[in-house]
This record gives sequence, C-alpha cells and structure tokens, in this order.
Amino acid sequence: MFRATTFENVTVIATESLSKRFPRVTALDRLSLDIGPGVTGLVGANGAGKSTLIKILLGLSPATEGTAAVLGLDVATSGGAIREQVGYMPEHDALPPDVSATEFVVHMARMSGLPPTAARERTADTLRHVGLYEERYRPIGGYSTGMKQRVKLAQALVHDPKLVLLDEPTNGLDPVGRDEMLGLIRRVFTDFGISVLVTSHLLGELERTCDHVVVIDGGKLLRSSSTSDFTQTTATLAVEVTDSDTHPDGTRAVREALTAAGAKLHARVEDGLPGAGHILLVEATGEETYDLVRDTVADLGIGLVRMEQRRHHIAEVFRTADADAEAAAAGEAAAEAAREPAAVQPVQHAVQHAVQQKGGGRDAG
Amino acid sequence: MPAELTTPQGTDPTRIHNIGYRSYDGPRLGRSYARRSLFSQSLRGAYGLGRSAKSKVLPMILFAVMCLVAAIIVAVAVAGPGMTDLPVKYTRYAIVMQAVIGLYLASQAPQSVSRDLRFKTVPLYFSRPIERVDYVLAKYAAMASALFVLTATPLVILYAGALLAEFDFADQTKAFAQGLVSVALLSVLFAGVGLVMAALTPRRGFGVAAVIAVLTISYGAVSTVQVIAWEQGSTGAVEWLGLFSPLTLIDGVQTAFLGATSAFPGGEGPSAGSGVVYLLAVLALIVGSYAVLMRRYRKVGL
Repeated sequence: MFRATTFENVTVIATESLSKRFPRVTALDRLSLDIGPGVTGLVGANGAGKSTLIKILLGLSPATEGTAAVLGLDVATSGGAIREQVGYMPEHDALPPDVSATEFVVHMARMSGLPPTAARERTADTLRHVGLYEERYRPIGGYSTGMKQRVKLAQALVHDPKLVLLDEPTNGLDPVGRDEMLGLIRRVFTDFGISVLVTSHLLGELERTCDHVVVIDGGKLLRSSSTSDFTQTTATLAVEVTDSDTHPDGTRAVREALTAAGAKLHARVEDGLPGAGHILLVEATGEETYDLVRDTVADLGIGLVRMEQRRHHIAEVFRTADADAEAAAAGEAAAEAAREPAAVQPVQHAVQHAVQQKGGGRDAG
Repeated sequence: MPAELTTPQGTDPTRIHNIGYRSYDGPRLGRSYARRSLFSQSLRGAYGLGRSAKSKVLPMILFAVMCLVAAIIVAVAVAGPGMTDLPVKYTRYAIVMQAVIGLYLASQAPQSVSRDLRFKTVPLYFSRPIERVDYVLAKYAAMASALFVLTATPLVILYAGALLAEFDFADQTKAFAQGLVSVALLSVLFAGVGLVMAALTPRRGFGVAAVIAVLTISYGAVSTVQVIAWEQGSTGAVEWLGLFSPLTLIDGVQTAFLGATSAFPGGEGPSAGSGVVYLLAVLALIVGSYAVLMRRYRKVGL
C-alpha cells in the first residue's frame, strides 16, 4: 500500500530563490524549499504567501525570479504535465450546487484525463474513501460544510495524483469535522501513498498531521524542519491547583515546593489564556514526576484542579523561531518579531501570538 | 455498509472505512481529451442533460417549439393543394423564430459560464491539464453547437417535409444548404454574444436579462429606426442600419450571399458589395467575443 517507497529519495517540491512580486506587494521573497514525500504543513499568517506559492507550483502563475520544480518537472515549462499528476483543493467554495457529488467528481476526473469508465470507478472509490456514501447522489447544494470539504478533497484525489495541494482544508469546520479532516489528510499519505502539502494558519492542527512543517512569513522562509523537531518527545504536565487559607497563592507555593524537590519547571506562561498564570508547566521525566506533583500538592494541603499531559506545541517553537530570527539576523527578522520592541513583556508577546494564530478564519493571500 | 465490520475501533458511524486504496495506473488522456470532455459536458448541459430534471424543462420546451412550428409548416406544405415551395424559406425560419432562439440563449449561456464563475469552479478546471484557451474554446464551441442543434433541426424537418411533398429536389437542397450555412453563422455569432454577456455578469439572473436585452433591444431599435428611415425614403440608411444588431447582421449576410429575402422593410437588404461589410462585421464580432472571453478568464484564473 505504500507507494511512497517508489520515490523515497525524490524531492516532491523544490524551489530555488523563488520570488513573486506584484506591483505593490512582494508575495514571495527568495524562497528556497526542499520538500520530500510525506505530509508537509505550510504555515503562515494570512497573506504570508501560501496561496501564491500554490499557484506557482501548479504552473498557473509565473515566478518573478527563481525556479521551482514539482515531481521533478519545471513549473515554468511543464505546467500541464504537473497538473496531470497533482491534485488541488482550493480554500474557497468551488462546487456547483445543482449537481450530485458523483456527477461532479466524475466530470473532474475526466477533466484530469481519465477515460469515462475509469473516471466512474475512481469516483466511486474516492468518494467512499473520503466518507461520502448514499448522499453522493444528492445535489451538492444540500450538503453540510464538512461534506462539501470532502467533495473538494475527493475531486483533488480522484485522478490518483502523486501530490495534493490542500489550501486550508479545515476552514469553516467544527472541531469534530476538523479532526476528521485532519485524520483523512493523514490517511491520504499513509494509506494512499499520496504526498500532501497542506496549508494552514493554525500551527496546532499541523503538528498532529504533518511529518514536516514549513513556516513562511512575509514571503520568506522562517523555518523548515520535521515535526518531531518541533514537538519534542518529552511530555509536559500542566498542573493547576487551588488556593487555601494557609497558602493564599497555591500556585506559587507548589512552584516553590516542586523546584525545591528538583523538578524542572517551564518558566513560560501558557498561551496568555485566562487563568494562564495559575497553570504550572512541569517537565515530566517519568512516572515519578506524577507522584512528585501529587505528593507535593497533598503535603501542602491544597486542591489539585487538574494535571494533564501536554506536548510541546509548534506554536511555542514558532515563537522561539521568531526570537532566533530576531537575534540572529537583524535584517532578516520576521515581521512581527522585528517590530516588537525588546522591552515588551513576554506575556504580551505570547498573547499577540495566540491571537494571531486563533483569529481570522480566512486567508485572502 | 456495515460499519462494525470495517471500523476496528470506535462506534462513531461517520468514521472513514478503511477498505483499502487502489491506485490508478491506466491511461491519462491529457489536454485534448479534457477539452473534448468539457465540450461534451457543456453541450449536454445546454439541454439539461446530466443536470437536474428542473433544468431540462426550459431548453427542451424551446427545442420542441422550434421543431413543432417546422412540423406545422411541413404539414401545411404537404396538405396544401398546388404548393410548389415551402411557405417559409429555410433562411427565414431563424428570423421568424428569433424570440425562441433568444430565450434559449438567454437561459443557457449563463448556466454554461456564470455557474462556473459564481460558484468559483473555474479554478478547479485550471488546476487540471487544460489551459485557459481550452476552456474558452470548449465553452464557446459547446454553446455554438447547442444553438446549431436548436436552429438546424427544424431546417432538417422542413427539408424532409419538402422532399415528402415532392418539391423540386435541386432547388430544395440548395436552399437547405444555404439555410444551414446561415444558421451555423448565426449560432457562432449568437453564442459569442451570449457568452460574453453571461461571463461579464456572474449573477445568473442578470446574465439572462443582459442577453435578452442585447438581443431584443438591439433588434427592436434597429428595425424601428429602419422602418422610420424607409418611410422617409432613405433606403440607403435602411441598408446600413442593419449592422447594429446581431440578427439583422445575419439577415444582411444571408440576403447578400445566401439567396435569402431580407426581412428589412421593403426587402431592402444589402447588396453583395455592402454584404461584405456585414460579413466582416459578423466575423469581427465573433473574434471580439472570443478575445473578451479570453481576457475575462485571465483574471479569474485561480
């Protein structure tokens, strides 16, 4: 089932100082990428250049300078050949309401060059794989957002491409639909052997789905590394406690007690969410850390509200990457990071990032 | 689909069933096949085939009306004593039935192009092997073919009727051929005008109104002014006024070259000399429509 092995060492997407300038905006600025098989997340704020990159990769928009190759084919000269082997799922609605999913996907399969019989068979298969059954014979107009997203994914997969470009596939979905879509995207590679480039402005989504994450900002490459680099394997415990009469600030008491006991605490506060100051992040080195926390809290005689395991989020690393960029190269610092005065308190910094990642449902770029 | 059999964990029925993925190693027929597929899909769509039952109603009714009137004319010709020719000439039929043709174009041109624009399906096409020129050509050819089917089928009925009534074979065949050339030109011209109006008005309702307006208002205005000019004795003006509406253009071309009797007041159609201007105007409009469509789709690309 793993077709990926056939192009194990092949680069799926390669760009070399790729730039795209519009009269007033620079959408991509000397972007050099090397993306191998697997699920790759392309992260960036709205307007970071994600959609522009996809257009160039499909051979639909010429680059101002630099080169790009998809599946070993040059985007400038082999656009048609690339589009035959690549699937694209746009961010916006793209489905006519008055035809059924089956009819629409069959038509799109034929537009990709599949003979009529193959188009029908592949459509039936693909719609089943994305989880559309009886409803596929009903007009698309009556579908829920989640079902429409599945049809859009199906039309991108129906011609069995070697690579699919998914532009904000979780946009507009509720949490459950979001999880299902992310699971589906994961399966596109693990079960179907199709490499995936998925864009999102939500880092958290991608860490569960992607093997590799590329962060771009203002058309520049901010960071490109595997997801395991982003999210370290060591777990973090989030601990929240109550206050008591003897310990009016329970959190502080626990922090001091834990530090005294030798546990490693993360100084950073949590995402700037309400009540964040009351959450302690403890690095879990093993079973004994859980016992230590339990015993410490019990000894202090205060209540343990919660203790949960938490992985490092890419968001935290993104923040670090920002800081790194700021420190490393003054001229090439990321836009937000560069604009922050050095004196800004870390809390505010975190809040701004949290807002930036959570806000904004659409990507106009 | 028994969910219990295929979902190893969980009871959530919306879970994706893992039945295994089959890859596709068959042929990929490429760009020209994709263009043909788009053409046939659009042509079928112009008669509501492959679409909902509701969208079949109007095109089918209009097609039936076109054929029914031809059948009635044939019945009159066959039954009528002492007739030597059809009561309506082949070249005249489309002019007489212009309201039906206009209605058809107004209803189907928007569904062909506005739908893709309005629901943003166009990017899905352009993410496939076809290029912009393929999309425009396929849509244009499909609309012109649909109009040709609408206008040529009644001519075939008329011709069959004329042969049944044992009218002169050579005369009828020549007139029939001229009629076919005329409606072919009309189909291409009207398709261009209709698609341009529809592509510039993504809202389907506006598209319908725009096409009807361009066809009927221009024809109404031109023929009114022609009548006034003719009554004031300026026959030269009548001849040139016909350049300003699609239908009178076709009328002029077929009067000049295809042996038609003009529907202009007093039958004052253009001569062969000014007919060349008419023909050039028709060709310029067709090329212009194509150019406008290409421009339009350069913007919506992806």
